[in-house]
Parts: sequence; C-alpha cells; structure tokens
Amino acid sequence: MTALGKLFRTTAFKLSLGYLVAFAIGASVVMTWVSWSVGRLIDEQIGATVEAEINGLSEQYAQGGIRRLVDVVERRVRQPGASLYLVTNFQGQTISGNIKSLPPDVLLQPGVRETSYERVGESAIDRRALARIFLLPGGFRLLVGRDLEDRESLRNVMGGALLTSLFWLVVIGTLGGLFVARRVLRRVEAISESARSIMQGDLAQRLPLAGANDELDRLAANLNEMLERIQELMAGVREVSDNIAHDLKTPLTRLRNRAEEALRNANQSSDYRIALEKMLEESDQLIRIFNALLMIARLEAGTERGDHVLFDLAASARDVAELYEPVAEEAGVDLVVETSGEVLVSGSRELMGQALANLIDNALKYGSPQKQGQRARVQVRVQRVGDKVEASVADQGSGIPAADRERVFGRFVRLEGSRSRPGSGLGLSLVAAVAGLHNGMVKIEDNEPGLRIVVVIPAAAAEANPLD
Amino acid sequence: MSGMRILIIEDDQEAAGYLAKAFREAGHLAECVGDGLEGYARATDGGYDVLIVDRMLPKMDGLSLIGGLRQQKIETPALIVSALGQVDDRVKGLRAGGDDYLAKPYAFSELLARVEVLARRKGGGGASPTTLRVGELELDRLGHKLTRNGKEITLQPREYRLLEYLMQHAGQVVTRTMLLENVWDYHFDPQTNVIDVHVSRLRSKIDKGFDAPLLQTVRGSGYMIRDSAR
Repeated sequence: MTALGKLFRTTAFKLSLGYLVAFAIGASVVMTWVSWSVGRLIDEQIGATVEAEINGLSEQYAQGGIRRLVDVVERRVRQPGASLYLVTNFQGQTISGNIKSLPPDVLLQPGVRETSYERVGESAIDRRALARIFLLPGGFRLLVGRDLEDRESLRNVMGGALLTSLFWLVVIGTLGGLFVARRVLRRVEAISESARSIMQGDLAQRLPLAGANDELDRLAANLNEMLERIQELMAGVREVSDNIAHDLKTPLTRLRNRAEEALRNANQSSDYRIALEKMLEESDQLIRIFNALLMIARLEAGTERGDHVLFDLAASARDVAELYEPVAEEAGVDLVVETSGEVLVSGSRELMGQALANLIDNALKYGSPQKQGQRARVQVRVQRVGDKVEASVADQGSGIPAADRERVFGRFVRLEGSRSRPGSGLGLSLVAAVAGLHNGMVKIEDNEPGLRIVVVIPAAAAEANPLD
Repeated sequence: MSGMRILIIEDDQEAAGYLAKAFREAGHLAECVGDGLEGYARATDGGYDVLIVDRMLPKMDGLSLIGGLRQQKIETPALIVSALGQVDDRVKGLRAGGDDYLAKPYAFSELLARVEVLARRKGGGGASPTTLRVGELELDRLGHKLTRNGKEITLQPREYRLLEYLMQHAGQVVTRTMLLENVWDYHFDPQTNVIDVHVSRLRSKIDKGFDAPLLQTVRGSGYMIRDSAR
C-alpha cells in the first residue's frame, strides 16, 4: 500500500471526508435557498413596480385618452433606468415605447408573462423582461415591464459564489483532512510500532507520549500502565515459578533422598518405619505448601471469597491469640492482646482468623529481641480508626529493612536469616491476599525495635445487616 | 471402631482403590462407585454407615447427590472431598447437607479419623450424656466439673472444651485439624504445633501423678483419649 493510500484509509481522513461532504451539501442547500428567495423577492418587487406604473398609466388614459397615454409613455421612456413601455394599435403596430421587437404572440393575451425582447437603440441584444399586457378600449394594447437583468446577474453571482465556495471547501477540507490524518497517523503509527516491538519481547519499552495530553496521549498512558501491570505480573510469575521450583524441589529432593537412603541402609523393619514416617511428614509439609499456594492464588483471583458474615474482629483476635498463647509461653514470649470493645467487620472470620494466626506465628518465630536476657513480647491490637479497622501484630525482633518491605508480600519470599528456619514463605502473601479480599491493605511499620504489621480493612457499617 | 460399611463415590479409580484398600486394612468394609448416579442409587438402598463423596463426579455432582439423599430423608453421614477451594467449598458442601468436608490432597489418617467420628455420630445420635466417663476420669457437663479418682481438676474454659470433645470421641483418633475445627471453630491449617501444646497442657493436668495415661498421642494422626487399663 502506498503512503497516500494508507493516508486515505485512516479513520481521521475518512472522518474529515465525511464532514466535508456533509458540510458541502449543507452549504449548497443554504446558498440555493438564499438565491431562490432573493430571486423571488426581486420578482415581487418588479411585479409591484409594474403594477404601480400601470395604475398610473391607466389613470392618465382615463383622464386624457390614448393621446395622453402616449405622451406620458414618451416622457417616461426618456428617463434613465426606465421601465419598458409599448403601446400598439389594434393592428399591432407600435405607437410609442422603447421596445423594438417582441416575439409575435406576446401581445395577444393580456396578463403577466416573462418574455424576451429587443430594446430601441440596441442591436440584437437578447434581453428578458417581466411584462404585463393590458388591453385598452379601441384595440390598443399597453405593455409595461421591467428588465430581468438584475435578477439574472444576481443568480449568476450567487451560482458563481456557490461553485467557488464549494471548490475551496473541497480543496481546503481535503488538504485539512490529509493534514490531520497524517498527524494522527504518524502518532498512531509510532504507538503501534512500539506495541509491535513490545510484543516481540521488549517488555521494558513504553509507548511514546506527545505531551499534548490529548486522547492519544491518554490512550498511550493507559496502555503504558497496562504494560507496567503486565510486566509486574510477568515478573511475579517468573519469580513464583522460580520459587516454586526451589521451594517444592527442596522437600521433594529430601523425600527422594530419604527413600533412597532407606532402601540402601535400612536393615530391619523399624528402620523402614522411621524412614517412612519421616517421608510422610515431608509429604504432609509439601501438601501444606501446595494448599497455601492454591489458596493464595484463588484469593487473588477472587474465586475464593470465604464465608461472608458480620463478626467481631476483636473476639477473633482474642481467640487466635489464645490459640497461640501456650506456644508463646513455651517460647518465653508474652503474648498480649489489646482490644477495645466490639470491633465489627464484615467478611470472612475464617480467613481473617488465618491471617492473624499467620502474623502471630511469624512474630513468635522471628520476633525475639536482639538483646539477650530481654523477655520477648508480642502485641496483638485490634482497634477502630475512623471508618477503618486496624488489626496489628507487633514484635521486638529485627524487623524488616525498609528496602525489603514491599518484597515480603511476594510468594516464597524469605528474608536472609529466616531461610534456615522452618516456614514456607507464604504466610505474608496470604495475609496480603486476605486483606485484599476485604478491600483492605497491609502496612509494615517499625515497632522500634521490631516489626509491626497492620492489616487495615473497612469497618462494617453500623446498620449493616448480618444476613447480607 | 471397626466394621463400618463405607461407600466411596469417586471417579478417580486409582484414588478410590487406594482408599478402599486402606479402609479395609483399618478393618472396615469399603465399596467404590465411579459416578454420581450410581452412587446415588447405591446410597438410596442404604445400609452404609458413611458416604465419601467427591465434589465433582460424572453424571451427577456430589452436592446434588447429597441434596437428593437428604430430600429423601436418607441421613447417612456424608463426607465431601474436593479438589476445589478450602473455604467457599466447605460452606457450600455443608449447606448442601454434607456432614464434613476435606480438601484434596489430604492424609488418609485425617480421612479415617473423620469417617470414624461420623459413623459413630450416626450410631450414637440422640441426646448427649450429661456425664462423660473415661476410666477414672469423669466430666460433669452440668456442673462443669472434672474429677479423676474423685479428685477435682480445674480447667480453663478452652481446656474444658478440648477435653469435652476428646471425651465425646473417646476411643477414637481425633486429628489436630478436627480439634481446631471443633474447639476453636477455625478450619485453617495451624502451621506450628499450637494444638500439640494445648493438648500437652491438658495432659499434664489430667494425667500427671496418675499411673495410667489416658490422653495418648497417635503418631502420624492425632490424639485419642481412652482407658488404657481396659
């Protein structure tokens, strides 16, 4: 396709062409109507003039007969810009007037008609006139008329103007359309060029912005945001598959090694039994990781929404803390719950409970104080802040460096120093997914020292119906 | 508990075969059916103690099957197993008339423990006794009082509920997730050994200073309270 052909096929050009045609039709209609109305107005004026003259002449005729009429006609004929006059006798011979010749049958019937004529003193110029023929007693005939030159020339001028303006309209419209189309086309071309190269794998590239903040810029900006999201997701998928490979492969390898070792070294049935029990534990751990992964994926995809009820998050926090209290005590940690009355939220008690359990579990595992001899303390707090509910779990451990705070919500992310300890690296991902499901978010704060993780979700509206 | 008749409605032949074999080894009678319609027909004939119903079955899905049975007033306990979600599906399954729910993949010990509890619930039924007894241990449920050999033992509220649940299922294996479900009303998987610590606290209260331990750990499964002297 040639460049021009391409230009003609652009939407911008087709649109301008459409507007051009519509505008041209509109202009033609308007101008035709104007010229028709003006023509009619002129005709009416001519008619009125002729009528007035005839009235005057017939008065003269009534007063002074044919002589007087002829006198008046001859006087009037000499005036500049005169109307047309003709008086004939019963034989049709001219008695007076400024008309040299007429088509033969014009004078036969009285009435108003348009006719061609030749004027006295002019040679063979065909003119047109609007004339009124009047029969006088005695076979005399009187014709009074006006030349139609004015009307004709006006029509010509109007017609010319119409054609000229149409011509320029088409020329300017086409050029303008081409210009607009070219400009738009160039930018669209740039966008689709970038899109092509992005599709070919350069996901880091972005669409160009013209800086005009117009529709095309907004489109490009939105597409860029979409690309950003896609890139994030792609990176996420890659990270997840890398991590799955690592975190599922490790226990799978261990499982396999145990089986192999048992086959090689076990001498008696009790050895086999121990090996098999260990393997069972390993596979249970695998199932656990797998379930957690599935759960997070389903929560994030929104296919799992949980039981949706109105419940007291403070009571849930107390329940979960109570569940972990013996573990905390065994680990020498004070697990403290601070709640202020009933804190109603609407959502899944089960999932929020699990999220809190994960946070407390993490705090117990990683939140021991740095300083020796200091008794560890994990603080669970649920409170209403405005129209939000904040549920936080705070410890006194080493916290999370600011640089890693975004990262910890990723699947399988385990920070340095925690890799050696048991855990799947899925706990916080699940917390984030649960918060997301409840239209909330998770904040990581510094507990000075230690880590405070805050789950912020909307509070249930006071009039909320528990059956909803 | 032995000699249950179990109907396994599961379209995965290999999984069903494995389950049937495992149940037989545990001393039960298990039959397998591969599709929902046949499962429905067999369950309608009755005579089973427990149904194990897969959520997704050819010809008739698991929830419709159970719903249909319940409409016909066939109250055979049904345990739903599903490869779908862990929360939504449980709610749907229980609403449809299922008695318990297990997400795949699961440990056989978990399934066995739950099936045994379901079957016993069918057998027992009726009003729950006001006093639970296991050996020398006696739980007065009206007075919320626990005695062993006549000696009173004080319990925290949660310990009381934990023991009550264990004693209601005396002689049966109770898994950690079953305890979490029935005592704390949470269905998630406790990551650490939280339940173990609660149980060992309870054990120290009821078994310490006595010769015969009542509360036993069943390796690889969970816990069981029973009179080991007998």
